[in-house]
Amino acid sequence: MYRYDAFDQTLVDERVEQFRDQVARRLSGALSEDQFRPLRLLNGLYLQLHAYMLRVAIPYGTLSSRQLRTLAHIARTFDRGYGHFTTRQNIQFNWVRLDQAADILAALASVEMHAIQTSGNTIRNVTADHLAGVAADEIEDPRIYAEIIRQWSTLHPEFSFLPRKFKIAVTGAARDRTALKVHDIGIQVVRDAAGEAGFSVLVGGGQGRTPMIGHVIRPFLPKADLLAYLEAILRVYNEFGRRDNLYKARIKILVQTLGPAAFTAMVEEQWQALRGPALALPDEELARIAAHFAPPTYARLPAASAALAAARAEPVFERWCRHNLLPHKQPGYAIATISLKPEGGVPGDATAAQLEALADLAERWSLDEVRVSHEQNLVLPHVRQDDVPALWRELRAHGLATPNAGLITDIIACPGLDYCNLANARSIPIAQQIQRRFANRERQEEIGAIKIKISGCINACGHHHVGHIGILGVDKKGAEFYQITLGGDGSERAALGEITGRAFAAAEVVDAIDTIIDTYLGARRHGEAFIDTYRRVGMVPFKEALYGAH
Amino acid sequence: MALIREGAIVPDTWQNIADDQELDCTQRAIITLARWQSAGDDLRTTNRALGIRLRGDQHPAAIVADLGRFDLVALEFAKFTDGRAFSHARTLRERYGFTGELRAVGEVLRDQLLFMLRCGFDSFEVADSSAATFAATTPKISVFYQATGDGRVPVRALRNTRA
Ligand code: SF4
Repeated sequence: MYRYDAFDQTLVDERVEQFRDQVARRLSGALSEDQFRPLRLLNGLYLQLHAYMLRVAIPYGTLSSRQLRTLAHIARTFDRGYGHFTTRQNIQFNWVRLDQAADILAALASVEMHAIQTSGNTIRNVTADHLAGVAADEIEDPRIYAEIIRQWSTLHPEFSFLPRKFKIAVTGAARDRTALKVHDIGIQVVRDAAGEAGFSVLVGGGQGRTPMIGHVIRPFLPKADLLAYLEAILRVYNEFGRRDNLYKARIKILVQTLGPAAFTAMVEEQWQALRGPALALPDEELARIAAHFAPPTYARLPAASAALAAARAEPVFERWCRHNLLPHKQPGYAIATISLKPEGGVPGDATAAQLEALADLAERWSLDEVRVSHEQNLVLPHVRQDDVPALWRELRAHGLATPNAGLITDIIACPGLDYCNLANARSIPIAQQIQRRFANRERQEEIGAIKIKISGCINACGHHHVGHIGILGVDKKGAEFYQITLGGDGSERAALGEITGRAFAAAEVVDAIDTIIDTYLGARRHGEAFIDTYRRVGMVPFKEALYGAH
Repeated sequence: MALIREGAIVPDTWQNIADDQELDCTQRAIITLARWQSAGDDLRTTNRALGIRLRGDQHPAAIVADLGRFDLVALEFAKFTDGRAFSHARTLRERYGFTGELRAVGEVLRDQLLFMLRCGFDSFEVADSSAATFAATTPKISVFYQATGDGRVPVRALRNTRA
């Protein structure tokens, strides 16, 4: 993993002291809330419904045990004993006091972490495939480039007051696990005809009020040009993105208004002017960063573990393995998904005790590494297959062995009206009701792979547009209602969901989901996943089932 | 208003001239883009000191052909959250090679000073009431990941010299 050098460390330390001074000026009244707001937002501090919320960046979703323990310490000391993992590889602490915010940042800095640019109209925390470095379908580890982008974007003097927030995702694999196509910029490592690795650059995707799938504006960018090209895109956006209307300020609107071709021409012109030694990435620099992400030292093991195979005779363990274990590219290893979606829990929440337990388990059994997925789960990326049974027993003891990765109860949900001051409706109780309705493990398996995603308002933090089933909280004359969409997909086959029809009252939502599932089970051909059945049969049968009687 | 340069309050030798105001040839005048664009040859060809003030929606490309004519360009931050002038400043300095005075005007706050310096601004027009604290502001951050045209050495170059 990437380790800070003296420069990286100095920057985060200085940043803590700068923010300490800004907080002091706010508390003394020298700064008005209006003047303070953008400063605190540049450090990830929001004012929510009940308290301040601090959003901490987990760049490209990689954590060491030491870092995880510090997050646990923060949860215990400065919050109410838990943290909440978001859909963008951040962790949020929901009950923070302003006068302690700088101390939390100092604790983070002591383990090479920060909250820089996790909010505000800036380049946000750069996300990457949570299976980086361990997935078999990968060309190169995307974290190399995500780290280069992290450094370039950190306190960028030109791009700290953009028209709107700006999100970049990076993947090195053909299968997209980052929702690349609904990001402001999506970078994918690809090979050109000569076999050389470079990037495909996608711009203008997004969710929110006006969801859009991004456009590839450059099918192949040489590696050396990554930063010059990003700077060109950002400059065009900073100069020409709309600033008069909050809802039209994202880059997707600029791309749409100009048209992808005209937008691309502006970027390319700017890029030609920016290409040069200052921004070029020489091979030595690429190699220096890449060395930080070199594969760990694996043991030489047989491809399949006899101990694991024997242990799988136990049905409960076998069920967990079936859903929560993924193949590792290294023979004899496995990737374990730690579901943060227990029945009746808050999706993405983990207690301080759980975070500490995971830190211990990662240290013992996963080469000291934990990943955070955009699906609000955690991943132990390097587990010896031989160790999986023992790992599972420990996970179970800490309530972390929910065997539902990728199933109907593995729901993404934003904080919604329980915490968020922008929400129209609650998200968490809806997720919990669905989890209860489908609690039966056999039924979950029968339904198979499906992604339900819930947002409490049109800002779409819960990614509902790309849920196979999306649920969106809307306000109808002061009552909480929910609009349902079907057919969304955040993968490489990205699609935006279609609205089923009129919205459902809170008490009707779970029945509606049940109806949708029954309709799917009735229509599917053998082994077909929900999304494939939907693509084949379309909206009509679902609409009839949901509204036909009315 | 007060003018800050290199950490000190300095006298402003320039005058902002509104479009309906007479220009007299003794002034060091900062004019608007509109005035410049409608100006006749007399203004274009005299060698009097001239400055121009651009709003955020006025791209410096509009004056690139005439840039040699200006000793000063003032870029306006209508709100401090309107970051267009950061890009315009770098474009003027690094792409168009402007070497005259680059002045930040409008809502210019000390918390953005370092960003402004890094983008090429070298003078700052601020309210009288905040002039002293603004002048006394020293950058709190000493590490720079980005190579801009301001001469501060970015981290990557430092890493290479150390290695
Ligand atoms: S989607 Fe809306 S309600 Fe949910 S967290 Fe985002 S802003 Fe808040």
